[in-house]
Amino acid sequence: MDFGPHLMLALLEGAVLAAVLALMASGLSLVFGVMRVVNVAHGEFYMLGAVVAWAVADLVGGGPAVGFIAALILAPLIVGGLAAAADMTILKRIDYDPERTIVATIGLLYVIQQLTLMGYGPEARPVAPPFNTRIALPWIEWGAGGPSVYFPWGLSTTSYKLFVIGAAAALILAIRLVLLHSKAGLVMRATQLDSEMATAFGIPVERVYAAVFGVGAGLAALAGVLIVPIQQAHYLMGGEALLLSFIVVIIGGLGSLTGTIVAAVLIGMSDGIISVFFSPTLAKILATLLVALVLVFRPQGLFGARER
Amino acid sequence: MSKSDHPQSSSRRAALKTLGAAGAAATLPLWARYTHAQTAAPIRIGFQKHATGIGAAYGRWYDRTSQAAVAKINGEGGINGRMIELVTEDDGTDPKRGAEVIEKFANQSKCDIAFGTLFSHVVIGSAPRAGELKLPYFVVSEGHHVASGMLNRWTLQPGITDVKSQVQAMAPFITDTLGKKVTMIYPDYGFGYDHRDNLVPAVQAAGGEIVAQIAIPPTETSFTKYFPQIPRETEVIYHVMVGPAVLTFVKEMGEFFGPSRPEIFGFIDSLEAVDLASPGLDFLEGTYFWEGMPRYLQADAPAYVTAYRDAVGIDANGASTSDPKDVSTAAHMFGCWETLHIIKAGMEAAGYSSTADRQALVEAVEAMTEMPAGAAHPQGDKLFNGRTHQVFGPQYISKVESGKLNVTHVAPIEDTLYPDEVDYTTQSF
Repeated sequence: MDFGPHLMLALLEGAVLAAVLALMASGLSLVFGVMRVVNVAHGEFYMLGAVVAWAVADLVGGGPAVGFIAALILAPLIVGGLAAAADMTILKRIDYDPERTIVATIGLLYVIQQLTLMGYGPEARPVAPPFNTRIALPWIEWGAGGPSVYFPWGLSTTSYKLFVIGAAAALILAIRLVLLHSKAGLVMRATQLDSEMATAFGIPVERVYAAVFGVGAGLAALAGVLIVPIQQAHYLMGGEALLLSFIVVIIGGLGSLTGTIVAAVLIGMSDGIISVFFSPTLAKILATLLVALVLVFRPQGLFGARER
Repeated sequence: MSKSDHPQSSSRRAALKTLGAAGAAATLPLWARYTHAQTAAPIRIGFQKHATGIGAAYGRWYDRTSQAAVAKINGEGGINGRMIELVTEDDGTDPKRGAEVIEKFANQSKCDIAFGTLFSHVVIGSAPRAGELKLPYFVVSEGHHVASGMLNRWTLQPGITDVKSQVQAMAPFITDTLGKKVTMIYPDYGFGYDHRDNLVPAVQAAGGEIVAQIAIPPTETSFTKYFPQIPRETEVIYHVMVGPAVLTFVKEMGEFFGPSRPEIFGFIDSLEAVDLASPGLDFLEGTYFWEGMPRYLQADAPAYVTAYRDAVGIDANGASTSDPKDVSTAAHMFGCWETLHIIKAGMEAAGYSSTADRQALVEAVEAMTEMPAGAAHPQGDKLFNGRTHQVFGPQYISKVESGKLNVTHVAPIEDTLYPDEVDYTTQSF
């Protein structure tokens, strides 16, 4: 494959990864920003989103589009509700103590993973995409007789992949608008800035925490629903997604939504390009190296504010 | 009052005593039989199972097949009149855990032998420990590591053929019917290397050439980024993938090529435990697959094949009879069935009575040669090579027609044989 088309394919693949990653990492970043909780079980909520999407699509029937739309609505609600319940029954009882929440969410990770294995099984199961047309992409070549358009072998994407990129962008924009311009967003930001003062002003901080934990998990689940027609729902799929999300939020700055999105695009695109032209393993090596460099030279992340 | 109380309590005590004695008496024949005549105790077979990890889908079906085989053998009187008891342990599809499981079988759960497992890195990690513990280790892995001489005298693979013989039998078909310029895509670990190392000479010998080799880590989840490495001149894609993302792999391959795909030949491993009717797999129509044993019930299947399928619980499409979406690993799991029958035959030939006879068991299996197709060998006739500890058998090539796999070519045993690379019988025990 020529360099130009090859690069375009790499960018398209990278953009899909970046979109899903940005959505998922936003949830992780939101939970950390507001609650100061490092949620190690975040990857499992992503996995649950995919698994619930499969279950919903399987139960609803009535064609791929109906099943997918039902999953898109129900899966984040179910997973978010589950996470809010976990917050109220576990995290609240250990007073959101940083060390103990890490241990508790690790425990949650294994409980969710093994229950999924027991209930759903070890297979990777597919969900049919609502639409999936292969789109061959043209490329312009400057030959002797001026520019000419042709369709290079293998340069293609699918309409569903483009939809994932668009949907993730729209959802992230919606989160931003809610956080900046709604009462709920105001309450969340107030809790993030100073939870004691927020309590003094009559904000029910505990309920805000439960809601934020639920919304964070719901975002991961949404990412899971969006990816499941491309990949399949499998009980171990949360592991790598969690690692990449952590890489993204550390580089972007824990708690900073803008930083998370910039870092997701950076990591997603570089992963796409490096793994197409060199090797996927090198892409992972460079991403983790970047995390190490950020931690050494800019511990608050690229967009994070220093602790006051 | 107190007088009337005492008899009551003492009678309760007496009743308890009687009950206890009766209970002990009831168990007496069982344990008495075990201590005085050890041959009546069950034979304990340690089953290394991929219950978790990337091999879990295989583990589930290896378990079902093994349980079905044990039920059949026990129903027919067991081994030398002794029942088989499977002692199942999860190896996590992890070599380190695999070796620990072997140790547990030998030292803690007092198993007579060990039996298992598929993924080659787990087998390669476990076999040295089995050798040190002098524990017969029957693997169902299809890797070439047994016949290559990498392992030891205690490790045998009598129930499933190895990759080298499979690849060798496929190469002439690929170059004769599909094309001469082959690009191979394989998983980046032991099992994939068996394909890489054996396909190149086999295709060259058949008059073709390998134009590119693309290795993909078995834990990869997204594949489009690898496909640009496929050279334009490629006439045939040879693919073999494993792991939970195999469906994504095949689906993205279809999306990459679109309407102008080359010929495609795959090992069914790429779609094992995956429904061929899954969305996005339509492009596979007209492509070919190697199968260890046909997944779909063939029209000319003999009675012993249908009996085997019924016992394991798979329908005509190779899915579970209780859940049509639960597709089996039909091309590999027959190996568990056949291996357990070979263990039975070996133990009976060796007059196996206790763990002291483990060496005699290995020698008895080494002495085996021809194993005719039948209830114990539903996949077909087998030829066991005692020197290399490896079995040879027929290989199936199936074509996807109307979303089903129909066998179009059966490579006979003769096509799969190759010169010995090791003689384990010269090694000391």
